[in-house]
Amino acid sequence: MIIIGERINGMFRDIAKAIREKDPKPVQEWAQKQEAMGAGYLDLNVGPAVPERVPAMKWLVEVAQEASKLPLCLDSTDYDAIEAGLEVCKQPAMINSVPAIADKMDRVFTLAQKFDAEVIGLAMSEEGIPKDAESRVALSMELVANCDAYGVPVDRLYIDPLVLPANVGQDHGPEVFETLRQIKLLSDPPPKTTVGLSNISQGTKNRELLNRTFAVMAMACGLDSAIADACDEELVAAVATARVILNMDIYCDSYVDVFRNQNL
Amino acid sequence: MAVEIMKEKYRSSVREVVLGATKDEGGTRSHTIKVGGETTLPFLHFEGDIPNRPVVAMEVWDVVPEDWPASVKGFFEDVYNDPAAWAKKCVDEYGADMIALRFKSADPDLKDASAEDCVPTLKKVLEAVGVPLIVYGCGKTEKDNNIIGPLAEAAEGENLLLGVAEQENFKPVASAAMASKHSVIAQSPIDINIAKQLNILISELSTPLLERIVIDPTIAALGYGIEYSYSIMERARFGALNGDRMLAMPMIGNVSQEVWSKKEAFLEEGEPTWGDQAERSLAWEAATSMALLQAGMDILVMRNPESVKIVKKQIDDLMQDNSY
Repeated sequence: MIIIGERINGMFRDIAKAIREKDPKPVQEWAQKQEAMGAGYLDLNVGPAVPERVPAMKWLVEVAQEASKLPLCLDSTDYDAIEAGLEVCKQPAMINSVPAIADKMDRVFTLAQKFDAEVIGLAMSEEGIPKDAESRVALSMELVANCDAYGVPVDRLYIDPLVLPANVGQDHGPEVFETLRQIKLLSDPPPKTTVGLSNISQGTKNRELLNRTFAVMAMACGLDSAIADACDEELVAAVATARVILNMDIYCDSYVDVFRNQNL
Repeated sequence: MAVEIMKEKYRSSVREVVLGATKDEGGTRSHTIKVGGETTLPFLHFEGDIPNRPVVAMEVWDVVPEDWPASVKGFFEDVYNDPAAWAKKCVDEYGADMIALRFKSADPDLKDASAEDCVPTLKKVLEAVGVPLIVYGCGKTEKDNNIIGPLAEAAEGENLLLGVAEQENFKPVASAAMASKHSVIAQSPIDINIAKQLNILISELSTPLLERIVIDPTIAALGYGIEYSYSIMERARFGALNGDRMLAMPMIGNVSQEVWSKKEAFLEEGEPTWGDQAERSLAWEAATSMALLQAGMDILVMRNPESVKIVKKQIDDLMQDNSY
């Protein structure tokens, strides 16, 4: 499971302040820290920090890639902001995200094709998040079909089956796992998968435990990546362990360190 | 109907390791040898790059190898007492790409030679041939730990390939390699987990040394043993090509040592159906080498010049571009 480091987000006070004051330091520190802890991508989200999201996203991209060699995951519902970010990215990035809604898919997959970007597709429509796996899979198929139609290779699409907090949407858990399994049967090569990991523990007491338990269970169902806290050492250790158990990495006594130090 | 050729695309490659050092690089070798660098499985030129050909190192001992069978001993009869001449003969007459020099004399049960006794031999062999050298001790850890440092120091800058670092005893060889600018053989007992762990331990001792490790996965030359070696090597190579940096090293195999310890190879009077020993043993060494080449072996340590000839021809053939 590739970790898309979630920390550069205007929802966090230090990042919001940095965006407002155009102070690159906190952004770059988090970029480097997440890279050193084993993240595979850096998620960049302007959040509610400033009203003008287009210049803010452009600035975030510029300062983040000065500090880290990781690919970026541009996270916004404002596609103008994403486009502005893609224009200044030095390497192919990831677009986060698009739901299975026609006009949005049109905009996003066109951008992805133009900028050779990867795309996170959400298994939801105008009607919101489906309750069962079947409907999630049907929406995933719409994402796959559109992705292919716009000339974006399907293995550059990451489908997010959408995770709800364990304390309010407990019945969604098994549906998400079943969706992850079935997504891998939709095409050859199959799309990749992702989740917003910390959603599972939103509003609960022992967040880290829920996060890492969910992560390893989802990995066994085919989860390829997650937007998550790369600095959660127990999570990273659990992911490294699951990779060994799933025969994705060759075991050695220092396997956790090897996984953690992969960017060094 | 046109047939579509399935091609696997790997995300990583085997590290390229340079052996030996020329005058400009601080050594005295006439040329260096590069091994590794593959971006695909062995000899699938149509799928990726095989930038360097596998090489053959021939064994030279610093004592007369009394127990070698006559069928192989005959090739070196005139040079047994002179490792330098022996090495030169291997290179000039038998086409050895490298020399694997074994300091058997250091064996406490043989001559118990000291480091001071061994250093002049190393220097003479370095003078006699221009090819890069592999240096092994006598095979007894405690003694080898005492001689490897002085030998490494005496050849500082030559970028020898020093054997062998093991999980429980990697520091003497790795430290010697680090101090005197050599490369190191990391040997694991047919165990991929230990192979990986050992590379981590060596890289923790010295990060730059990570670029100068050659894996000896320990091979076998018979039955179940070689099947197991083969699958370990295959798994390591898949790991390397899929981005496992701690297994992305070229590999070396002690073919002759394994082959010539099997009674099927050395017994002159074997089973009636086994046939002529000379022919049998040379075929055994060649066939073992060929199997290992297919599993991704980059350096073969060999003994019988006739087997070497067959294997070098095989390598020539396998290195022909088959891309389409």
